[in-house]
Amino acid sequence: MLELLHMHFMHNALLAACLAGIVCAIIGTFVVINRIVFISGGIAHTAYGGVGLAVYFGFAPLLGITLVSILASLVMAWVSLKARNRADTMIGVLWALGMALGVILLDLTPGYHVDLMSFLFGSIMTVPGNDLWLMSGLAVIILCTVGYFYHDFVALSFDPEFARVRGIPVGFLHVLLMLMIGLSVVVVIQVVGLILVIALMSISPFIAERFSPSPLRMMGISLGLNLIFALLGLLLSICLNVSAGPSIILVASLAFFGVQIVASSR
Amino acid sequence: MKSSTTTPVIDIQNLSFAYHHSLVLENVNLQIQERDFAAVIGPNGGGKTTLVKLILGLLTPDQGKIRVFGRPPREASPDIGYTPQDTEINSSVPMSTEQAVLMGCMRGGGGWRRFSASDREMVREALTQAGAEKLATKQVAELSGGQRQRVMLARALVTRPRLLVLDEPTANVDSQGQSEFFDFLQKLNDQVTIMVVSHDLMVLSSHIKSVVCVSKQVHFHDRPEITSEMLSAAYHCPVELVTHGPVPHRVLAAHEPDDNA
Repeated sequence: MLELLHMHFMHNALLAACLAGIVCAIIGTFVVINRIVFISGGIAHTAYGGVGLAVYFGFAPLLGITLVSILASLVMAWVSLKARNRADTMIGVLWALGMALGVILLDLTPGYHVDLMSFLFGSIMTVPGNDLWLMSGLAVIILCTVGYFYHDFVALSFDPEFARVRGIPVGFLHVLLMLMIGLSVVVVIQVVGLILVIALMSISPFIAERFSPSPLRMMGISLGLNLIFALLGLLLSICLNVSAGPSIILVASLAFFGVQIVASSR
Repeated sequence: MKSSTTTPVIDIQNLSFAYHHSLVLENVNLQIQERDFAAVIGPNGGGKTTLVKLILGLLTPDQGKIRVFGRPPREASPDIGYTPQDTEINSSVPMSTEQAVLMGCMRGGGGWRRFSASDREMVREALTQAGAEKLATKQVAELSGGQRQRVMLARALVTRPRLLVLDEPTANVDSQGQSEFFDFLQKLNDQVTIMVVSHDLMVLSSHIKSVVCVSKQVHFHDRPEITSEMLSAAYHCPVELVTHGPVPHRVLAAHEPDDNA
């Protein structure tokens, strides 16, 4: 088992899992306290259109995912600001449209059949070095942005009307938060795939919420949980020789239901 | 009123406001003077919260002029303390009472170090002033309706505002708590001008100095009386005031013809 940790692909896998764990702990906390898990799922699935675009026009899939994620998060921001009570339908339509476009563009691409499963469920064991650089860069951007605007994001989540009276640029911050969700989707897709992004963003912050007196503590506890889930998931996938992404989610989901059952039996 | 030499705290002239082409407030003229304690009453959907949001600068009027301390509302906002309706607050955000009150110290967005030692000192003072100093380390989600109201008041008071605007502050508070809360506001009123939106007419009538009736149009009554004419004008239906037990109340004077009606 130990010699596995010294293999090159394992280094990359652990690094990718750590990056995803950090990003999901921070952004997932705001996703959970603002109850916008559905929006983050919508952005992730719409991003599949980016895979189709990239393959069809012949550029790197992660670049396609990044561009479409950013576009999708801006549209989601606009929809949730301007048409709040119809937002769920709009998000659902974008969710489906992105997936459909992705599949159609892949169908139209002659002779090339990209491994669909790796984008749907992640391919953490085969993360290329270049992608790790992009993921690290995005993680730094997310960390700095949330560090600088932490109290503003908290105020926005707690009481947006009051925040506006105190001169906090609520509209700008809402768009910025959506953009951060879009960027974190890019980081996480390599690890668990776009279908499972929602799980990694919501499970550990949700568990952490019970034990947290502040959003900052919630991020810290979620980070610890995410790293444990990633490590156990990777071990499970190696032992059973099954896909890594779904294994991580399986561990996280078991922990989620475990905590729910223990908490409700008290 | 017009002969008054000091600048009114709130000065609204010929103001109209519409949401999606339906007129919510029509040709409003309103002056609130220093140290007033004004109750804003009216039917749901009559424009009370819209009026409050215009005064806070959260909305801009379609027509007319609004000045707070002689300045446009957004510029005056450091002098305004505000407590929104209880339903605006997202209690699934884990947060200590102290952190929630610190929010009142925020100015603009961004920054690596947001709160200074003097901010924290002001938070302690505001919590004490609002009678909530024992709640400082509690979580907002654990507070009762009345306690939460005190904390939101502390957050509004932390910048030492000269005008307090409270939107239905006692909606989730029992009648004993309501009466205590208004007693407390009455003490604050020695230094601060207060405007409060409320439905708790019985409690209101024994504490306030003036009444603002809002139902598309706005009528100002410079006396602490809520008459049945005002009620039926404001609520479009005859209202009976019913009370049980030792609730503080007063008998209201008959309504005189209103010359600006």
